[in-house]
Amino acid sequence: MLKSRSELSALREEYAKAYAAQSRRLIVCAGTGCVAGGSMKIYDRLKELLRERGLSVAVELEVDPHGDVIDLKKSGCHGFCEIGPLLRVDPEGWLYTKVQLSDCEEIIEKTIIGGEHIDRLAYKCGCNTYKKHDDIPFYKNQTHIVLDQCGTINADSIREYIAVGGYSALEKALFEMSPEAITDEIKKSNLRGRGGGGFPAGRKWEQVRRQNVEQKYVVCNGDEGDPGAFMDGSIMGGDPHRMIEGMIIAGIATGASVGYIYVRAEYPLAVERLRTAITQAEELGILGDNILGTEFSFKLNISRGAGAFVCGEGSALTASIEGKRGFPRVKPPRTTEHGLFDKPTVLNNVETFANVPLIISKGADWYLGIGTEGSPGTKAFALTGNIVNTGLIEVPMGTTLREIIFDIGGGMRDGAEFKAVQIGGPSGACLTAEHLDLPLDFDTLKKVGAMIGSGGLVVMDDKTCMVEVARFFMNFTQNESCGKCVPCREGTKRMLEILERIVAGEGRDGDIELLEELADTIVNTALCGLGKSAPNPIISTIKNFREEYEAHIYEKRCPAGACQKLKKIYIDPELCKGCSKCARQCPVDAISGKIKEPFEIDLSKCIRCGSCLDACPFKAIKEA
Amino acid sequence: MHENFDFSVTDRILADHKCAQQLIIAILQDIQEHYRYLPREVFPYLAEKLDMSEARIYSVATFYENFSLEPKGKYVIKICDGTACHVRHSLPILERFRQELGLSENKHTTDDLNFTVETVSCLGACGLAPVIMVNDDVYSAMTPEKASELIKKLKEELANA
Ligand SMILES: Cc1cc2nc3c(=O)[nH]c(=O)nc-3n(C[C@H](O)[C@H](O)[C@H](O)COP(=O)(O)O)c2cc1C
Ligand code: SF4
Ligand code: SF4
Ligand code: SF4
Ligand code: FES
Ligand code: FES
Repeated sequence: MLKSRSELSALREEYAKAYAAQSRRLIVCAGTGCVAGGSMKIYDRLKELLRERGLSVAVELEVDPHGDVIDLKKSGCHGFCEIGPLLRVDPEGWLYTKVQLSDCEEIIEKTIIGGEHIDRLAYKCGCNTYKKHDDIPFYKNQTHIVLDQCGTINADSIREYIAVGGYSALEKALFEMSPEAITDEIKKSNLRGRGGGGFPAGRKWEQVRRQNVEQKYVVCNGDEGDPGAFMDGSIMGGDPHRMIEGMIIAGIATGASVGYIYVRAEYPLAVERLRTAITQAEELGILGDNILGTEFSFKLNISRGAGAFVCGEGSALTASIEGKRGFPRVKPPRTTEHGLFDKPTVLNNVETFANVPLIISKGADWYLGIGTEGSPGTKAFALTGNIVNTGLIEVPMGTTLREIIFDIGGGMRDGAEFKAVQIGGPSGACLTAEHLDLPLDFDTLKKVGAMIGSGGLVVMDDKTCMVEVARFFMNFTQNESCGKCVPCREGTKRMLEILERIVAGEGRDGDIELLEELADTIVNTALCGLGKSAPNPIISTIKNFREEYEAHIYEKRCPAGACQKLKKIYIDPELCKGCSKCARQCPVDAISGKIKEPFEIDLSKCIRCGSCLDACPFKAIKEA
Repeated sequence: MHENFDFSVTDRILADHKCAQQLIIAILQDIQEHYRYLPREVFPYLAEKLDMSEARIYSVATFYENFSLEPKGKYVIKICDGTACHVRHSLPILERFRQELGLSENKHTTDDLNFTVETVSCLGACGLAPVIMVNDDVYSAMTPEKASELIKKLKEELANA
């Protein structure tokens, strides 16, 4: 238990020395994606092999290791999961990709014992081989400030976090700054909420700080509801202490002594890492009563979500922590006044809190030097869709879509043509080719009717149907509508019905106008942000791709060739060799026939999934 | 109250959460983790121990999608239909699981209580889309064929258990 600032400083010095002294470090990615690829088995195997060879292995930072030690650590997600399982080799900074269990022996022989690089495991792109993590184009064109430790430090170790400077911002806030000064610094930095709205965090903190109330709360929104976004999950699971440090600093600034982290149900790994991190911080006296021997106490709890998207909304989230149904309530009063248990509450997003220690350590002026004037700092995005490289990225605010898609994302997949990008998930809008050079920041996007939102970026090519995209998101929000208010509950249901009809080829004259009218009503009368933003994907696809809607409705045709019900799939009897491969692929048994005779598709059973198209070795299956 | 229901698990969970009303969601989560659903018997019991109405507990349990009042299968298969997985064709995989197990949009659990098939939105492994989760294990880059193989493997596991 640390009882003073000097004790923490001394510990940091000790850990930093030990950290720097590591002569050989292997870091296995233990993010969700790589774990799914078998990275934990690789970790175990490496440990076993190292021990078999009589080498000593350290899985936690050791202050006084006896003799030569190989450090074997688990990190959080590096963001480029599709080339995983990943293994980082330090001090060289090499990155081994797609590592298999069978590669482990060679890694030990060649790299650990021989000090050699294994070319076969390096990332390759075109005719280039990239040995080092930092040289890979996907990473090179990014600016990692919030994510810079995700993938390099041991996500389960407070020692490593402290060794690389962790909790020094807490020290500064606790011993050198007044609550006013902390709040002013955050205000000056113009840190804006990363959870979607972009509201200045410092203003919220100020409102809570000014209230003279005994009990106040700090709540972290880790609900990350946008389907297809996982940056908050990666921060919680990859560098949990950074976010915790940000929350403690918010507690000092506002006079709150209790914090809650609300984590989405589908992130068991993040919950586990956060639990470990909280326990470690408590053991060191960084969380709990009289932190570092001061008067300040801060207790941190975890609340797990139970599968309701609406709980990402502030008032629904606090209701859920209180053990109630997650219904949003009418605002005002604001969360800063009547928040959790009706007390003044600071509610910020995971990424927002993770920025705080950086701003306190390096100063608001440093922060203002990154990003754009009105939106300083960086933003993490989850980049997915029809591009070469998908993954989690972090770029300065104001970066253009073109830079993201072509420099980081490596361009469109299979040489396809760029059509649009959906930004901000189910509450977001789409941007088209004319927006490729638009700087992505809060204000610019607002001007074109879009928003940064959650940070989901889905890149779509000319084979993607925009009406179907609109239907997909409406289906999601409609499902998640809590049902408390009529415009959202009934309106989204109507909109979804219409969209379903249109993509099924049953659209009618007047549907587009009806959609626009419903959208307008919902946006203006729904009670919470879910309803207010639910029509966004529809409004923006109608605005940018009205002709696609019209083609579906009036010509019963999907210009992108994507809508399944408007497709006819048939087998060309001339080309079919009767091999039955397609029939085995079909998930609904719609294909039948006799071996060596042409097969047939029963269109009444066929769900137009397209699986058989790729399966036929003779390209006998066609779409019309 | 049901005489033959064993409340010792519920008691332990209640004690872990200090019988706090506020923690009802966490309590229900732990109960569900143990039984794989929320047995009806626990509702009146919780109501009494937590001093809150049974109706309120039911209202919480039915609000959140993760709670199930019906028993779930030994293997809960969650097919991700988040954006990244959707654009990489998650639906045929869902179809295949349903077909293999005789399930549908309205029937999620097999009669022998071995399998439950559900959809979720994003499991945080989008880079490996399409992704599914069986209990706590994530399977990546799925195809309908892999789905069939997986069911076969899981059925073998059940037979050998
Ligand atoms: C339906 C709905 C869902 C939301 N989901 C999230 C979410 O998953 N994560 C998040 O941080 N904010 C979410 N928000 C925004 C929050 O209400 C809130 O503005 C935010 O957490 C504040 O933190 P920030 O200012 O740091 O962004 C959601 C809002 C609405 C209306
Ligand atoms: S807008 Fe939708 S989610 Fe929000 S309170 Fe109304 S019904 Fe519920
Ligand atoms: S498109 Fe899908 S459902 Fe239709 S026949 Fe082919 S595999 Fe079967
Ligand atoms: S896979 Fe092709 S060749 Fe074989 S039966 Fe099907 S359509 Fe005919
Ligand atoms: S989980 Fe390893 S890179 Fe994302
Ligand atoms: S969308 Fe399926 S894992 Fe993210």
